[in-house]
Amino acid sequence: MAPIQLLINNSPHEVEVAPDTPLLWVLRDKLNMTGTKYGCGMGLCGACTVHLDGQAVRSCQTAVSSVGSKKITTIEGLSTDNSHPLQKAWIAEQVPQCGYCQPGQLMSAAALLAKTPRPSDQQIDSAMGGNLCRCGMYQRIRRAIHRAAGEGA
Amino acid sequence: MATVISRRKFMVRSTVAGAGLLVGLRFSGPMLLSQESEKAKKKSPVNPFDAYIHVKPDGKISLIVAKSEMGQGIKTGLAMILAEEADVDFNAVSVEQAETRPDIYEHMGTGGSGSTMENFMPLRRAGATVRELMITAAAQKWNVPKTECDAKKGLVRHTKSSRQTRYGELVEAASKLPLPDPDKVPLKNESEFELIGHATPRVDIPSKVNGSAGFGLDVRVPDMLFAVVARCPTFGGKPAHFEASKAKAAPGVRDVFEIPALGKDMYTAGGIVVVADSTWAAMKGRDALQIEWDRGPAASESSASLRESLRAAASRPGKRIRNDGNVDEALPSSAKRVEAVYEFPHLAHATMEPMNITVHARDNEAEVWAPTQSPDWVQRTVAKLLDLPPQKVIVHTTLLGGGFGRRYMADYPAEATQIAKVVGKPVQLVWSREDDMTHDFYRPAACHRMRGAVNQAGHPLLWSHTITSTSIGAFWGAPDKLEESEVGGAKQMPYAIPNVRLEYAAVPSSVPPLWWRSVEHSFNGFAVECFIDELAAGAGKDPVEFRRGLLVKPANWKPKDEDDPDPSRLRGVLDIAAEKAGWGKPLPKGKGRGIASYHSFGSYIAEAAEVTVSGKDFKIDRIVAAIDCGQVVNPESVRAQAESAIIYGLSAALKNEITIKDGAVEQSNFDGYDPIRIDEAPPIEVHLLKSKEDPGGMGEPALPPAAPAVANAIFAASGKRLRRLPFQLKT
Repeated sequence: MAPIQLLINNSPHEVEVAPDTPLLWVLRDKLNMTGTKYGCGMGLCGACTVHLDGQAVRSCQTAVSSVGSKKITTIEGLSTDNSHPLQKAWIAEQVPQCGYCQPGQLMSAAALLAKTPRPSDQQIDSAMGGNLCRCGMYQRIRRAIHRAAGEGA
Repeated sequence: MATVISRRKFMVRSTVAGAGLLVGLRFSGPMLLSQESEKAKKKSPVNPFDAYIHVKPDGKISLIVAKSEMGQGIKTGLAMILAEEADVDFNAVSVEQAETRPDIYEHMGTGGSGSTMENFMPLRRAGATVRELMITAAAQKWNVPKTECDAKKGLVRHTKSSRQTRYGELVEAASKLPLPDPDKVPLKNESEFELIGHATPRVDIPSKVNGSAGFGLDVRVPDMLFAVVARCPTFGGKPAHFEASKAKAAPGVRDVFEIPALGKDMYTAGGIVVVADSTWAAMKGRDALQIEWDRGPAASESSASLRESLRAAASRPGKRIRNDGNVDEALPSSAKRVEAVYEFPHLAHATMEPMNITVHARDNEAEVWAPTQSPDWVQRTVAKLLDLPPQKVIVHTTLLGGGFGRRYMADYPAEATQIAKVVGKPVQLVWSREDDMTHDFYRPAACHRMRGAVNQAGHPLLWSHTITSTSIGAFWGAPDKLEESEVGGAKQMPYAIPNVRLEYAAVPSSVPPLWWRSVEHSFNGFAVECFIDELAAGAGKDPVEFRRGLLVKPANWKPKDEDDPDPSRLRGVLDIAAEKAGWGKPLPKGKGRGIASYHSFGSYIAEAAEVTVSGKDFKIDRIVAAIDCGQVVNPESVRAQAESAIIYGLSAALKNEITIKDGAVEQSNFDGYDPIRIDEAPPIEVHLLKSKEDPGGMGEPALPPAAPAVANAIFAASGKRLRRLPFQLKT
């Protein structure tokens, strides 16, 4: 088990894990960064979404050895003080209920807005369709994305 | 110095006048109990007061809430009630999660949509008591009559002398005063409410948008290990042989051992445990196990055979639950008969956070971090398995990544305790999504047979309803109460029909059943609200007008039981939903509107659906909900709960079913059991009726009307009746 270097939220980290370990479990169990959630382990629910060089990926399907020098951004890297426009919009629209899926929802939304600053409803559907919310807060998620887009996320 | 008040303390202080024993400390339950008078014990309230209020010298108030936060916003709602009557700024109240002390809090379970219902009046009285004590303390300090003083926003004022003082400065004096009778403290008039009924941002939301919110799976304690369990795929099966050498050799694996299934009250599957340094290592270790299963007595059960059993049982007489008039009387030959059979599959809860719990069994005590709806049951379970007194088991309730009834069960705590006993270190038991979906406790499968008739004038003559299901009561081992969790809402069928019969029959199944969001209302609401629609069609009448005509409130109306709906409140929401949905306005071909109006958990909700049907496909264009849940506390939470319950109900109507083959669940992840996603979620409009009635629940009651409203809309659009869930529209 050779050490693996990771750049997470602009901080360097070194971990010693089996190379096939999913990034999700490295974040959660090795680095205690528990904001990124386990939901299905198969890339079906989106709760584990993080960014690799700005692209939304499912960290449960990303072997840590495949990350290389790509910059990892997790929910903790969006901002810890809720200053990101999406976090503000999520609060303004009172989006979360149980809240468990929301880190993944926010990371998918952030990747969407980075590429498509003013997404249509259809673009929201296609970017957010991989993120399940069992509390069903979808229309609030949609409103919050539009709100953040309007405020120039 | 601080004042701590609870309902119990009200009682104690009123019987041990001026003792002041509670000042400056958190009192201990046993001490209180021993001092509580026999009279006070007998007065033990139906809706137990289960919060502490802690007024601090800086004027801040802590409210200690013994309810679990699973997204319903209960911490915010309860704090609003307290702040309203105490007359302090909402921001002056902070909310803390209670320790697990059933000796103090009595009823810690969070379920049955009950947290607001249970706490509304006790918390109002508690808040008013705080205000009253502050006024009394200020009046004494200034040596003026109490009646000349007034309290507002955390200040007591004496207008005549232009004096005022903060609550915080009065705490010490107030805490020495005898407590007023909580039943006589002056309460605000509803028209004076500044918080109750006004949208208030939820206190739990900020931590839920930056990853800092602590769910059960996020618990991290020093030296902790992680465990997964390989369980027999069939219910009641067990390992026959297993070979663990490869698993033990897997990187990070610390131990592999077998735990037995536990019986009644624990309901665990047993299996082979893999303990490792990380969740992933434990999962990989489990993959390396070689297990031969003894598939047990239920290995041949299937959903197909269960469906046949349910249908057969529904065609036979069952236990008589309601019998008005005589449904067997000969009908006039001109009567139009209507019959329908509705079928419902097993359903999984599928909370986004799979089951998990962290347990540390130490010498003579244990500590538990539990995402649970029933921390007191967790405590009793862990204590029993470790042979400890319950008070030696510290249970911390974390946030819950969804509950929906599943997290009321104490199976996963029992399993984790079996493991923790062996491991000796803190251990987090993690259920994979597959574990969670294949070893859930499921919404019962059911079949309902309906029979009705209308006369030539379109008046209904009879209503006969036979329910068969895999009874939750049977699972609990209550042979005389098989129908208890199965007939609600059907028994209280609200339409004025002269001859009504309801019968129930349980059908055995090895698939463990449990309360699933709205419990039996999830199928009874469908049966009642679709069949009344079928009767309306049989009578050739408009579904809204037909219902209105049958929601009659006699002058001397009294509820038959506490769940009996008030027909006029039901008609009230029906009218608003119809109006807001544009009922009666023409729609293009292929579109249709449907409606359902239903009472459960103390709330009245009507939902109108608008759909577009094209060939084998249909789309829900929108849902309009009208809600009378009595006095609204936080309208924002009521709306969110309605949206949530509607989507949860529509996931079941449109897509989800758990099927059993060879004794095992066939679906294992969100590919086979895929809830509604954002592109499938219809817009939902929620309209709240103003009401001064007692608050009803809101966690569940918006669910039952959703599916029948859609089914009725599809009928309106296409003439096709969908009678089996999940819907399949065959051309």
